[in-house]
Amino acid sequence: MEYSCTAYELKCNECGKRYGNRPLSGCPDCLAPLEIAYDLDSARGEFTREAIEAGPANIWRYKRLLPIPDGFQPDLPVGFTPLVRAKRLGKRIGASNLYIKNDAVCFPTLSFKDRVVSVALANAQKFGFTTVGCSSTGNLANSVAAQAARLGIKASILVPADLEPAKILNTLVYGARLIRIDGNYDHVNRLCTLIADEYNWGLVNVNLRPYYAEGSKTVGFEIAEQLGWRLPDNVVVPMAGGSLIRKIRKAFKELIYLGLVEDKPVKFFGAQATGCSPIAVAVREGADNFIPQKPNTIARSLAIGNPADGPAAAKMIIADGGWAEDVSDVELVSGIQELAETEGIFTETAGGVTTAVTARLYAQGRIHPDETTVVCITGNGLKTTDALAGRYEVARAIRPRLADFDAYLKELDGVSEPEPELVAAGDVRVL
Amino acid sequence: MSFKVMLPTAFTRHTEGQKQFASTAPNLTGLLTEIDSTFPALGTQIKDDEGKLRRFINVYVNDEDIRFLGGEGYAFQDGDEVMLIPSIAGGC
Repeated sequence: MEYSCTAYELKCNECGKRYGNRPLSGCPDCLAPLEIAYDLDSARGEFTREAIEAGPANIWRYKRLLPIPDGFQPDLPVGFTPLVRAKRLGKRIGASNLYIKNDAVCFPTLSFKDRVVSVALANAQKFGFTTVGCSSTGNLANSVAAQAARLGIKASILVPADLEPAKILNTLVYGARLIRIDGNYDHVNRLCTLIADEYNWGLVNVNLRPYYAEGSKTVGFEIAEQLGWRLPDNVVVPMAGGSLIRKIRKAFKELIYLGLVEDKPVKFFGAQATGCSPIAVAVREGADNFIPQKPNTIARSLAIGNPADGPAAAKMIIADGGWAEDVSDVELVSGIQELAETEGIFTETAGGVTTAVTARLYAQGRIHPDETTVVCITGNGLKTTDALAGRYEVARAIRPRLADFDAYLKELDGVSEPEPELVAAGDVRVL
Repeated sequence: MSFKVMLPTAFTRHTEGQKQFASTAPNLTGLLTEIDSTFPALGTQIKDDEGKLRRFINVYVNDEDIRFLGGEGYAFQDGDEVMLIPSIAGGC
């Protein structure tokens, strides 16, 4: 399948050299990561609010600013996840204008990775790969497996051996080949770079990475559109490699450049787990002082100790006046529970990190209570239920008899009388 | 004392296709000097303007990042497997 496109191409972050469009993991000259550069001016008149709003209710409404080959017809309705006002969580942590961008419900595999994989696999097809794969801490594995199955492409996926069981099952069920590696994500990632050298596979976060990463921009596009075509004051984003936070910013900048939103300063706040926090440490100590870490946290989806995008993410956060924090595993579990109990959103461990860091940022006064703040929740709690093991007691069963139920309630909380009826029979009113 | 240095394909255009070579350098600084001498184009590619290893290159010794072994202070051992590899971004 051959496509042509001239509106975007690969560009080196460091030396600025351009490389057209091909599967390439880094700059052949200076080895820095590559990104997609757009001819934004060519999008003027096409990427308008009206054109976007007339599009499908998924990420493909932003197709004009995604690296999608001409002629590609997307049919998977990924993204356009809810942006929900979080009043009850806000009240608890002292925020009056708080929103949750809820990618715990992203289609098809309940994490924001569905966005990036959609874009990556469009390009995998373009480049003619018959096998795709990735190195993953779980969510990416799930998404590559599911979307490869739908496209009829073989998938070979490498993960750390100690991954959460739900994430392993959620990869295997789609028929993908899952290869467990005895090591952490950094070991797996290194092996994948060698595999990309030797095998003709499309590895979404290695040789397809510049395309893949652009899918993250849709989070930023959606936030702006869902806020009524305006930018928030602050965004709180979980950080593993530091890619998502940079791509949300890129989305905002593109919207500003094209005149779709008013230009204004936005602060970006990064969230990491203390057991793997190289970017947060670099923000606190100065971005030039970037030191890799050996991960030791239950937030495995954030456990990248040596992130290539990390120094750039730290610099960006500092330049825009933001901040980064890290929280302990105990705090992140409380964050999961707090988000669920206040907003009915069950997030995975990374979301617990993000929620707990958000609360701390308000407590520190780094975010003013009235500022419009969006918290990015990137994955679903059903995938990391082991993080809550032992937190909840499963009640004994009772017989299906009212007397047993009455006694049971009394035993639980002392309630012995049924609550009074709220509306008398025949007195139903339309409110 | 001798150890093996392994290179990814991206570097082999500067090594006449060689993907590995043997070295007797005592440490990382010595290895970079040796590369400058044996494969000068590779030396230029993997070092920045100040002569330091570019931050996008990772060095592994027997699967361990050399920074966790003391970095430039690490003394290579007989039989070590040393790998120079560009870092790859990943995760969110």
